[in-house]
Formats: sequence, C-alpha cells, structure tokens
Amino acid sequence: MRVTVDRDRCAGSGMCALTAPEVFEQDGEGLGTAPDPSSWAEHAEAAAEAAGLCPVGAITVSTGH
Amino acid sequence: MSETIPTVAGMPAERAPGCPFSPPPELSRLAEESPIVRSVFTDGHEGYLVTGYALAREVLADNRRFSSRQELMHHPTIDFREQFGDEIPPGLAGDLTALDEPEHGRLRRMLTGRFTVRRMRMLTERIEEVTAVHLDLMAEQGPPVDLVTAFAQPIPTMLICELLGVPYDERDMFRGHVENVFGGDASMEERMASFSALGEYNAALVAAKRANPTDDLLSDLTDSEMTPEEHGGIATLLLAAGLDTTASMLALGVLALLERPEQAAIMRDDPEAVPGAVEELMRYLSIASPIPRVTLEEVELGGQVIPAGTTLMVAVNVANRDDARFADPGALDLRRHAAGHLAFGHGVHQCLGQQLARVEMRVAFPALLRRFPDLRLAGEAVTRASDASIHGLTSMPVAWGE
Ligand code: HEM
Ligand code: SF4
Repeated sequence: MRVTVDRDRCAGSGMCALTAPEVFEQDGEGLGTAPDPSSWAEHAEAAAEAAGLCPVGAITVSTGH
Repeated sequence: MSETIPTVAGMPAERAPGCPFSPPPELSRLAEESPIVRSVFTDGHEGYLVTGYALAREVLADNRRFSSRQELMHHPTIDFREQFGDEIPPGLAGDLTALDEPEHGRLRRMLTGRFTVRRMRMLTERIEEVTAVHLDLMAEQGPPVDLVTAFAQPIPTMLICELLGVPYDERDMFRGHVENVFGGDASMEERMASFSALGEYNAALVAAKRANPTDDLLSDLTDSEMTPEEHGGIATLLLAAGLDTTASMLALGVLALLERPEQAAIMRDDPEAVPGAVEELMRYLSIASPIPRVTLEEVELGGQVIPAGTTLMVAVNVANRDDARFADPGALDLRRHAAGHLAFGHGVHQCLGQQLARVEMRVAFPALLRRFPDLRLAGEAVTRASDASIHGLTSMPVAWGE
C-alpha cells in the first residue's frame, strides 16, 4: 500500500490531518504529507476517507503491490 | 441539445418566516426538481444555479474551467454593468476569493502554514480562556442577555484580533463596517463606504506593522513576498472573515440547539461527539450564500451545454441538503457523519480559516451549554436580511436560572 500527496496541487486545507491524523500531517507551509509508511496499512480506511475529502484531489491511496 | 430544466429569475433568497435554519423554500423546491437550474439574472445574463451536491462539488473542484475572477462575473440580482459599464473591476489586491491560479496559489501559500490543524489546536487553551471570560461576563450581567453581542460575536472577534495583531479596542469601528458589508441590512452605498473604510483602516495598520513589526501574523507577513497592497487586502479579508462567520455559526447553532434539547444534550454531555456535532451544524446551517463561478470555456454540466463566460451560483446550502448524499437531510442529527459537506466550500478556495473556526466552535458550544444548562430563548431571535452574504442573527435574547 502507498499513500502519496501531490504537493503542487495541495491547497493546505488541513482536511487530511484533521481526518486521518495517524497518517497525515501538514508541513511548515501547511502542505499535506504522509511521512510515516509504517502507519499506512493500519489506518488505510481513514487514509482513503481523507483522500475522498481532500478538496483538490491531491491524495492517492493505492492498495496492492 | 441541453435537457429541459426549470428557469427562474435571479436568485431566490427569501426565507420562510420562523424558519431561520432552512434554505429559502423556493430554492429547496428548485433543488428537488433539478440539480441545475437556469436563471435569468437582473442584468439579463443567462446564468445557472447549481443545487445538487454532486454537481456543486464538481464545479468547485474544477478551478481550471470554473473561474473565481470577479471581473468576468455577473451578479444574479445586481446590475453592476449599469454602474461600471462593461469594465467590471477585478477583486482588490489580496482578495484570494477573486483570483485564479497561479496568482491565487502564490498568495494562499504564504498563509496556509499559519492556519494548519496543529497551529489552530495550539490555540485551544486561549480559546477556552476567552470563552470563560465571556461566560463570566454573561453571568455577572444576569439574564436576559443578547447572546449575539455577549457571546457569539466577541469570542471570535477577540481571537482573530489576537492572531492578526489588530487592536481589540477598535473593534466597534471595524465590526460595524463588517456588519454593513456582510449583513445585508445596509444600502449598496453604505456597503461600498464600509468596504473602503475597512480597506483604509487595514492599509494604515499594515503600514505601521511593516515599519515596526510586532509579534503577530500580520507583522510576520512583512517578510513574505506580498506587496503592501496585497498585505492590506489580506488583512481585510482575514479580519472580516474571522469576525463574521464563526459568530454567525455560534448564534444560529445555539438557537438550533435550544429548540432541540435532546441534540443540545449531546453537545453538552458527550465530549467525544463534539467534533462530529460541529460538522453537522456546519452542514445543517450552511451559512455562506451561494458561491459564484464563471465558465472559462464551453462546458457540459448535468446535461446542459453551457457557453464560456456564464456565471454559475453554487448553492451550498441546498447542496448540503441533497438526499442523494445525506439521508433525511432536513433533520439536525449531531450523531450523523456529516464530513464531506460543502459549508466551507471545496476545491482550491476551500476556507483557509476552517481549522480555526472548528476549534472555536468545539470549545464554545459545549462551554456555553455546560455553564448554563437551562439556557432558554427569552424573546424573539432576529435574523439578518435575506440577501446577507453570511446568514446569521442580529440579536437573540436568552435567559437561565429561575
Ligand atoms: C464557520 C465559519 C466559516 C465559514 C462558514 C466559512 C466559509 C467559507 C467559504 C464557503 C469559503 C469559500 C469561498 C469560495 O470558494 O469562493 C471560504 C473561504 C475563505 N475563508 Fe472562510 N469560513 C468560515 C470561517 C473563516 C475564518 C474564521 C477565517 C479567517 C481566519 C476565514 C477565512 C477565509 C479565507 C481567507 C477564504 C478565502 C480562501 C481562498 O479563496 O483561497 N474563514 N470560507
Ligand atoms: S487535504 Fe488535500 S489540500 Fe488539504 S492539506 Fe491535505 S493534501 Fe493538501
């Protein structure tokens, strides 16, 4: 499983860090990041919800190998 | 060929008497008929109202085809071309809401780091203190009290002033102007005059901060790449948005809760339910007036072929009550999962201050209900004029105790 944030698109809304704080945080500029791959699998559902709520569709959650 | 859809004149805005929470009935009726409605604006422009959730989200998400540039737009009920001719002025410097990419993103990125979830949560303790001070003042004053001026307005006002570094002592002056701009009760001349007065006030404030920086957000922006004009415009936008919006949510939210004691009990007694409860109040009340966008090219939307240069009004209040997205949408249900509502907008312009507003509401609603568990309405709550840009209350008498 992989979680990526397209930083060029990100609008710094904070929806990801609000929805799935185990997976996402905002950096100094307010942009979304998913810094810790070890958190992804356990919180896959929350990460997918955050991807759906991201106002600019900047988050991709891909399952499989 | 476009499918046949209803046509209206302008933008239905009149709310039903005694129903301050429901969107204008005419708009709700149209939304039931069709997720997109044709509208003949006052200046003759053939625009559209977007009323369905899925279409509203689609438009707001697509800033490449649906622009925010004010100079390209028509207003549904005001003929600006009568006043300005064909040259509608663009938004003022620093007005993020009226810009497209890349200009919008350039400015927004100078601000996003200041409004993160984490930074806003760090204000929790201060928000609790400010709330407690105002609850003490209410208790001292004794019932009846006007909840709008004693609670809903001062808490967000004090917080945005502290965050930006705007003198709180001068609040009566800028509050009055913000009320004129957003409230809907002022004439067009008064609105314009207040808008300029706010601009001048903030230009002077920002000039002082650029010369002698203090420890606050507006001073820190001096080091960014903003021009002084943009800096002043951003100050006006943040001050106005910070004062007026959360205040409206607090006032209307308390009114809605007082009418539904079982819902008020959830907000008061179940701390774990509070974040979700705030989202549901945001969805249910949807205080922002319809969000305008203008097509930059011919688009196909909801079975309609819409030419370039067409203004669409995205009615987030009725979109948030679309039963294809939210079950039993007319019910206030603080335990529902309301995430995904459009009350803070959607897309690149989604509210910059949303994490601040959330923390303020998460603190203030339960604190009020715990302090005065038998709070009740003690007269008539007065709503803002129907054409207010932010729906809200002008006064709301409350009482408690014997
Ligand atoms: C509950 C309260 C609030 C509501 C309902 C609300 C609603 C909205 C909406 C619907 C938009 C999108 C407008 C568009 O797409 O054209 C927006 C944008 C914005 N809001 Fe809020 N807002 C609230 C609180 C705040 C606060 C507290 C602040 C400031 C600290 C703020 C600052 C802004 C700014 C600067 C924008 C423009 C963002 C951009 O264009 O990129 N808002 N707000
Ligand atoms: S939700 Fe999307 S836009 Fe908002 S901070 Fe996260 S990645 Fe950026």
